[in-house]
Amino acid sequence: MSSIDKQLIQRKMGKRTFQNKLLKAIFFMCIIFSILVLGALIIRVVSQGITHLDWNFLTSFASRFPEEAGFKAAVVGSLWLMVIVAPVSVFLGVGTAIYLEEYAKDNRFTRFIQMNISNLAGVPSVVFGLLGLTFFVRLMEMGRSIMAGGLTLSLLILPIIVVAAQEAIRSVPNDQYEASFAMGASKWQTIRRIVLPSAIPGILTGSILALSRAIGETAPLLMIGALTFIAYLPENVWDGFTVMPIQIFNWTGRPQEEFHFVAASGIMILLFLLIIMNSVAIYIRNKFSKRY
Amino acid sequence: MKSTRELIQEKQSNKNIGSIMEKVIPIVLLMTAIISVLTTIGIVITLLVETVTFFQRVSIVEFFTSTEWYPFYEADPSYGVLSLIAGTLLITAIAMVVAIPIGLGAALYLSEYATEKVRRRVKPILEVLAGIPTIVYGFFALTFVTPLIKNLFLSDLSIFNALSGGIVVGIMIIPMVASLSEDAMRAVPNHIREGAFAMGATRLEVALKVVLPGALSGVVASFVLAISRAIGETMIVAVAAGSTPKFTADPTESIQTMTAYIVQVSLGDAGYGSTIYYSIYAVGMTLFVFTLLMNLLSQYISRKFREEY
Repeated sequence: MSSIDKQLIQRKMGKRTFQNKLLKAIFFMCIIFSILVLGALIIRVVSQGITHLDWNFLTSFASRFPEEAGFKAAVVGSLWLMVIVAPVSVFLGVGTAIYLEEYAKDNRFTRFIQMNISNLAGVPSVVFGLLGLTFFVRLMEMGRSIMAGGLTLSLLILPIIVVAAQEAIRSVPNDQYEASFAMGASKWQTIRRIVLPSAIPGILTGSILALSRAIGETAPLLMIGALTFIAYLPENVWDGFTVMPIQIFNWTGRPQEEFHFVAASGIMILLFLLIIMNSVAIYIRNKFSKRY
Repeated sequence: MKSTRELIQEKQSNKNIGSIMEKVIPIVLLMTAIISVLTTIGIVITLLVETVTFFQRVSIVEFFTSTEWYPFYEADPSYGVLSLIAGTLLITAIAMVVAIPIGLGAALYLSEYATEKVRRRVKPILEVLAGIPTIVYGFFALTFVTPLIKNLFLSDLSIFNALSGGIVVGIMIIPMVASLSEDAMRAVPNHIREGAFAMGATRLEVALKVVLPGALSGVVASFVLAISRAIGETMIVAVAAGSTPKFTADPTESIQTMTAYIVQVSLGDAGYGSTIYYSIYAVGMTLFVFTLLMNLLSQYISRKFREEY
């Protein structure tokens, strides 16, 4: 006689294993739902946008007529914006991260900076827009320029870069420091020649992801008054400008359905650029990140 | 051939440059770190100063108790922020109904059921969803979700409505809830799961009765953070939820959130110095306080109630 009555166990377990299977399926549906939404979004955008997407779209300015409307000023404006955002935010972000990880003592002030950064990450982007409007546009009299927009966005993505750079720096193992110090290197020499080179892949990945967030950002630039209709290309950082998301917003908000198709074409260009940036970031992460 | 003395001198002068660098660099780095503090101070001062100006013109009692928000009605403008807050909370509530169950389900699946292979495939998809600009979600809400709901369920849905705006805000937040909750669940050590399995628990019982309670602080913190994101979300609601401030809980109507109002004013031609101009700072201040409280609450929850293993 067997001491285990299989039928009894099956009878008692049946309900529980059924529940397990049912809930597993439901949890899986949650993931399927996300994938379906992503699919629907992409199919929708491409099916509407492809009709209007041609070379003319990229080389002409915005227009009152949907068939003539182009994306040129917006694409160029977004690139100009990156000229400010990339150096400013990376310099400030990496500088802050090095300070916090290497120089700062574990005291109240350091903890305050750290807490401040994590709170800044949670401030809505419109509020950064209000700061930019008051401080950069009015107080510093930059006007509604690329410079004002770029500095506002730099502050917006600063927390993302700081956190990514901190993680990258923290992952450099201690024995590397000690080896460098043992060779007589000073602190800054160690940071510059040992820490930064091994942290650079992580820093780059984080920075590119942060910049792609900045490229897609609309609200703060609307606040500082980036224009929606310009028929010239900016020549320097003090010129007025428009960017891709703002142009898309403008087209989406129009009642004529044709403009929605134009907006979809714009979205295709924007998403295409973001996919490229993200692929580069992932490539760098996989290719160059060292495992210790 | 250099003499030894020259070599020593050369080294010495190099060392001087080096030692200056050693002293200057930390100061430069400290200044970059202080920029982030200055940003916070700048935000608070900006909002405070302009809000005070606003309250010199509009009664603070009216602002916080009236439910009428008609700033553009020139003869008799009224500023009752409650209708904007109601709009914001309506959007947030709808978003949470979408994001919390789906995000949590996805997290449970990824953390407890999925094989490593599935995880590696699914996580990038969630990252892509999280990386899509909000204006694109706004376009999706207006031109896809609204017509879809209108055709399938509610034929009297207005073009701009809280429902599709809220649903799409929720979709936008799913990846955040999923990935933060999953991190919390994976931090629960395996031997606790194995202990439960050894007692004959099914995977579901382990997930719901062992892992979820153990990860509860992180999971709840991710919900609170999600609420904060939904409150601060701008472009989706500006595009899809309308611009008619209303003190209502009816999701099929057009409403206006705090963020959408700020955008609406910045698009219009309200001149510098007008009451409408200052009103966006008062609304911005309200918004800032709401999200700050949520963020602090989230940090507090994840710190205070964390289970240490």
